[in-house]
Amino acid sequence: MAAESEVAPGIGLAPDVPAPAPARLTRWWRILLRSLAPVILALIAGGLLLLALGRDPVQFYVNVWQGGVESGGWQNSAVLMTPLLLIALGLIVVFRAGIWNLGYDGQYLLAAALVAGFGPHLLQTWPAPVAYALLFLIAGSAGALWTVVPAVLKAWYETNEIITTLMMSFIGVGIANILVKGPFQDPTVNIPQTRTIPFAKLLPNLAGTRVNLGVLVALGAVPIVYYLLTRTSFGLRLEVLGANPRAARHVGISLRRVIVTTFVWSGFLIGLAAALDILGLWAYVRANWNPGYGDTVIPFVFLARLNPLVIVPFVAFYAVLSTGGDLAAQQANLPTDFLLVLVALILLFMTVIEYLGRRRDLGHSYLTPGLREALRRPLMRRRPAP
Amino acid sequence: MNGLLTQSFLTALVSGGIVAAIPLMFTALGESVSERAGVLNIGLEGMMLLGAYFGFVGAYGLHSTWLGFLAGTAGGLAGATVMVILSVSMGLDQIVVGIAITLAGEGITSVLHQAQFQGTSPGLGNPGTVPIPGLSRLPVLGHSVFDQPLLVYFGVGFLALVWWVFRSTTWGLNLLAAGQKPEALDAAGVSVLAVRTYAVLTTGALAGLGGAYLAIVGAATFTPFMTQGQGFMAIVIAMLARGKPLWVGVSSLVFGICLSIDTALQLASINISTDVINLLPFAAIMAALVLFARGSYLPPALCLPYVRGAK
Amino acid sequence: MARRQSPEPVPAIELIDITKRFPGVLANDRVSLTVRHGEVHCLLGENGAGKSTLISILSGMLRPDAGSIRVNGAEVSIISPRDALRLGIGTVYQHSTLIPALTVLENLMLGARSRLLLDREGARKRLAEMASMLGVEVDPEARTGDLALGRQQQVEIISALWRGSRVLILDEPTSMLTPQGVEELQKALRHLKEQGTAIVFITHKLHEALAVGDRISILRRGQLEGSLSPDQLASWSIEDLRAAIIRLMFGEETADVAGAAELSADLAEVEAEYGGPSGLVSESGVLLELKSVCAAGIGTEAGIEDVSLRVSAGEILGVAGIDGNGQRSLAEAIAGQRRVTSGTVELFGVAVNRLSVSARQKLGLRYVTDDRLGEGIVRKLGVSTNLFLKRIGEPPFWRWGRIDRRRINAEASALVKAFDIRTPGLETRAGTLSGGNVQKLLLARELSFNPKVVVFHKPTYGLDLKTAEHVRAVVRDLVSQGAAAVVISTDLDELIELCGRIAVLSRRRLVGVVDNGPHAATQIGSLIVGTAQPQEVA
Repeated sequence: MAAESEVAPGIGLAPDVPAPAPARLTRWWRILLRSLAPVILALIAGGLLLLALGRDPVQFYVNVWQGGVESGGWQNSAVLMTPLLLIALGLIVVFRAGIWNLGYDGQYLLAAALVAGFGPHLLQTWPAPVAYALLFLIAGSAGALWTVVPAVLKAWYETNEIITTLMMSFIGVGIANILVKGPFQDPTVNIPQTRTIPFAKLLPNLAGTRVNLGVLVALGAVPIVYYLLTRTSFGLRLEVLGANPRAARHVGISLRRVIVTTFVWSGFLIGLAAALDILGLWAYVRANWNPGYGDTVIPFVFLARLNPLVIVPFVAFYAVLSTGGDLAAQQANLPTDFLLVLVALILLFMTVIEYLGRRRDLGHSYLTPGLREALRRPLMRRRPAP
Repeated sequence: MNGLLTQSFLTALVSGGIVAAIPLMFTALGESVSERAGVLNIGLEGMMLLGAYFGFVGAYGLHSTWLGFLAGTAGGLAGATVMVILSVSMGLDQIVVGIAITLAGEGITSVLHQAQFQGTSPGLGNPGTVPIPGLSRLPVLGHSVFDQPLLVYFGVGFLALVWWVFRSTTWGLNLLAAGQKPEALDAAGVSVLAVRTYAVLTTGALAGLGGAYLAIVGAATFTPFMTQGQGFMAIVIAMLARGKPLWVGVSSLVFGICLSIDTALQLASINISTDVINLLPFAAIMAALVLFARGSYLPPALCLPYVRGAK
Repeated sequence: MARRQSPEPVPAIELIDITKRFPGVLANDRVSLTVRHGEVHCLLGENGAGKSTLISILSGMLRPDAGSIRVNGAEVSIISPRDALRLGIGTVYQHSTLIPALTVLENLMLGARSRLLLDREGARKRLAEMASMLGVEVDPEARTGDLALGRQQQVEIISALWRGSRVLILDEPTSMLTPQGVEELQKALRHLKEQGTAIVFITHKLHEALAVGDRISILRRGQLEGSLSPDQLASWSIEDLRAAIIRLMFGEETADVAGAAELSADLAEVEAEYGGPSGLVSESGVLLELKSVCAAGIGTEAGIEDVSLRVSAGEILGVAGIDGNGQRSLAEAIAGQRRVTSGTVELFGVAVNRLSVSARQKLGLRYVTDDRLGEGIVRKLGVSTNLFLKRIGEPPFWRWGRIDRRRINAEASALVKAFDIRTPGLETRAGTLSGGNVQKLLLARELSFNPKVVVFHKPTYGLDLKTAEHVRAVVRDLVSQGAAAVVISTDLDELIELCGRIAVLSRRRLVGVVDNGPHAATQIGSLIVGTAQPQEVA
């Protein structure tokens, strides 16, 4: 990855003299501050909101810690990390290219439904590793396939992918429901859900813990994705597309190929997340169920500046917050949707701090210009491009 | 299938369609105003929910539909204010702020609802309708179109108002300039930030009103997440309509019918699973997007914050 | 001759000790200027001297760090364009502030006084008044995007004067005009002068300043170097004036830039200085040929229709024309960024229509874009990465998809040295380089690895004179080694200085090719406007 450079003077106005390089230490401090401050501020603001609702914020956060880390809570958090991390990676890949894949819910649920639907049968007829491999493939392919229509529409017709992925998401969620209530319905129960995969067939746990090895797969994906994004020609093309789509076209990058490949990779990772989640934790899928991982992981993806390595501690943090937060919310007699408010606050504080940071220096921004560019294009327009 | 052409079915279809179309229409009109000025408002879903919740609370607590609508509008305005401060004034990314507003709207309304009503789901009574004398006696159309709550007629009037504003007022022209080429508007001495601020506030107010209508008239109650993606549908409607109010009205009606068709189908004793019904509007939108290659035209300055002197 | 002892009338504008700083550069350093009614005051200086900054302060787009402004004797503060307009200062900016999708009338009604209803009738009347005041005709219902550039500029002038401004500022107004268009502009300015309007005219070309200005002030590196009064301009000889101005503009660096096109006293001099092609132009060595090429424009931009041209080894072919007549479509069609809807593009005699940008690059075709920051570089990536953006995935810099940083850096280092790119380091973000160095970076990228045919689009636009001369030297150098160059530019002076033949692009078509020599400029001008006989296209 290109090394950090000096603080940038006004673009285009810099004289032919080198700008002084700020000390390494101050740089790191500032990056750290800009990444952590939003979270801390959001937690404080959340605490104030709790006060307003008549709850004890300190007790709430203590409960979060207890539920998320202490007395085995960390194991639940670790399990939650698996789908969160993979979905985060899927979003990082696509956001770096300046593409808004907002269809993660549909991609995830479709893959989950398929895994839950075919899982029981496959795990019965094939030895576990083979069945797992097949299911991973099915899930990844489902997620990937569900991105193809928006990808093609964007690549060929410049259709705005925010809308198409959102619409496909709603459709995907609906289809998943239909599958769960229909062909995949568990005939032995009254509730609309798929058949449950027997406990013995689920992904094995790590020695002595309740954490299944899915988390290893997720963590293993991190360096792979990092390498792909920073050391390969594919990654560079992606980065150029995200940084400056017009330059990408100018230097001869095939936008269509990059858009479709990136979308597909993103969908694959999200589908894989679903497979690991179902095969590792849930064992079945209920109708009208949506864990909503994507929504909650988005701000952290930005806070981590779309870096696959940096996202890991952030996801870990949120896993703890979510696990502990669910329990704390119940104990405080609040709906778990309260966490959505916390996440929204993090996003808001992040944008504000970026603004303040931008006023001080013209350094890194959280969002690639390509992401913003993605929205400027008309919804659809045929281009006379090669 | 013979149940499809009966009077009761058609009446239910149109009537339900109109009821469902109104929230979409108000919200989409608001979005048209914003988009015309160059602001893409993804937070519509959150603003609608805020409007729905506060509208419901207002109507329930103050025992008045109209005060409820007012409260709902205020709720939407509150959400829009966040957008104004962060995106218009400070120039922060419109998409990220929009996502934040949606999440916040969803979360806050759910938390507040639970805090206030502790899991119970009180409902409102049926708001009265205002039949238009004479016209309301027409077959099919009479009862469904000309016998609706007052706000519906306001809605149609509002369409005309927006159309007129776009065409014949200075403000409408300034909106267009802000979305096409804000530097030009600035050079002409008009504050781009002011124009966009008013645009976004209008959107919030209208989305809030739409949400309030959904809660007060459509469902007569509030449930968390009750908008179920209608905010995003409104965005699509605004985009497809290319900023033309008439098309906003027509598309809203079409999608409204899609949304409400299940009740009408039940009347006609046709049983299609609700999941498939729920899919319909989204599938329709995707089909429209795929088929209409000509598509819609977005203002060139959409989503770009305006900073004077920036190169 | 003794002057009458009447008190000088209050000047329209006085700028006193204006200072403006940007990070890393002092754009205006205690500049004081006086603008008088009924006079054209020319602000002359090379690109980067600080002229545009000064004018932005006056028009309300920027605020000065120090200094004061007086309008009609009274001290004022201008913090926004609205203030400037209210004070009677109207500005025609270098980049159009007309909205292409709106009609002339709608553009003029923007920000109208009336709060609610648009007053179309009133606006129509006023437009007719002002058009006749300028001596021009304008159709109120025409879409401004469809208007010819000269007409657009007239609308912009009307727009600047719409609220009754008594001061008109024109920022490099002739950079887009034909010689004939320049005459029309001068006529309009004369009308305005007679009505007492004060006019500030910014340019970086000496002959324009001499032709138009009643008073000339020279800016250099943010400072006011000197002024020439109307008396001096009237009484001194052209040669004396030219020498004085050049000395003021460049001080001790005068020797470096002697002979530059921008410093010629008039176009005839530029034409006389053209020394002919600097290499052997071989008839059989046609490297690039376009046969009846058509390509569509994008949005409001013009495409090209039925364009045919031929460029041989060792030749520099110029393409002249007013901006917006298809230049970008032409450049992109050749480079492969734009799809050709009919006709063929041939490289070394082989049709390359189907080939992608990178395929054409491999064959030796290069494109130096005019949009340096928007399209040419990726700002946030380092200099060395930017140098290799067109070779992503190619060995030996990438092996099986894996990047070889060391090799890239080694090669990049050599390129930086060879092309004199001033950068703190190889990893410095390209967006922090100055305009001149970004252009050098682009040249380094395009001209490395065996270029055979290079398309240059506005290669010296916005560059300071020394760098501009350097770029032109690079072009000549390239061609002397047997490559072919196509230079697309709106700067007629530059084309005449560089090119052996100049094609003229007007309204999407190639309307003729002019051999360089005496009267070339006028011929080109006539072709652009359409008054010449269409010549046979070589």
